[in-house]
Amino acid sequence: MSLGQRVASDHQLARLLQIGVVLEEVVEARAYHHYQSLTGEERELDAEIETLLEHAAEESAEHRERLADLIDELDAESVPFEEIETLVEAKYGKTKPDDFDGILYDQLCNEETAYKFYDDLIAAVEASDEQFSVDRERLLSTLRDIREEEAAGVEEVTRVMETRD
Amino acid sequence: MNTADQYVKAIYLLQQMEDGPAATGALADMLDVSPASANEMIGKLEQRGLAEHEKYKGVQLTDEGIVRARDALRTYCIIERFLANVLDVEEFRAEARELESVIDDTVAERLDTIIDRHAECPDCFDPETDACRYLEVESESPAD
Repeated sequence: MSLGQRVASDHQLARLLQIGVVLEEVVEARAYHHYQSLTGEERELDAEIETLLEHAAEESAEHRERLADLIDELDAESVPFEEIETLVEAKYGKTKPDDFDGILYDQLCNEETAYKFYDDLIAAVEASDEQFSVDRERLLSTLRDIREEEAAGVEEVTRVMETRD
Repeated sequence: MNTADQYVKAIYLLQQMEDGPAATGALADMLDVSPASANEMIGKLEQRGLAEHEKYKGVQLTDEGIVRARDALRTYCIIERFLANVLDVEEFRAEARELESVIDDTVAERLDTIIDRHAECPDCFDPETDACRYLEVESESPAD
């Protein structure tokens, strides 16, 4: 058991980044499926939600690529991401939130969870003296950038939710 | 999962294994900390109403401590199952122990949406093998 929040090896860092990739995959899949669940009429009526979901899916895909670039530089075994994509797809193909409120609330949870994950990961990297095979500053600046985008996402979803109250 | 949660989870598992209070020494061993550190944290858990310590007997969780421990164990089960079934990690026990301090329960909840956990979780967790009884992994044998 490892007490204290710190990343102690390349391997552990790679694993955490892989978890980040899966989280992004989940966010992307949920946003995509929510978007698909809107009827043509709803999309016309609610351009704001459409834009929000489109943006969320695009941003998650971009985050995933940035994390994957970092993982490639680390000494770690590969993960069958095609299988994960299929698994996530299979899980989310079946779920549909009931209404716009459900979509927004789910999106808020996605963004908040991702923010918490990156925040904890940054703290754990900062608390570590380990020399990773990826440049520490590049690693931290990438993670901080992504965290900021997640924070902006939380704000944006909250703003949209508030205007609908 | 924070340090206090890791402690209550360890106490919970030791109580199950020993069918009684958890010995401080065993707790320190399980968490790989010094007995002094374990004693200090036990004092904090007592102050928070999560555990009771009796000299020469050991530490026991209060009802509130048990609720907290079961939540922490559930989070741990999610991490183990996610590593074993989604990322195909052979050494999922060892890696879950390494990662649990960095994975928050809200993050685990999200990971939980893509795994299939048994309804009786965390009661299906076997402290002796450090894994869920229903977790089918052929390539790894339980820790000695």
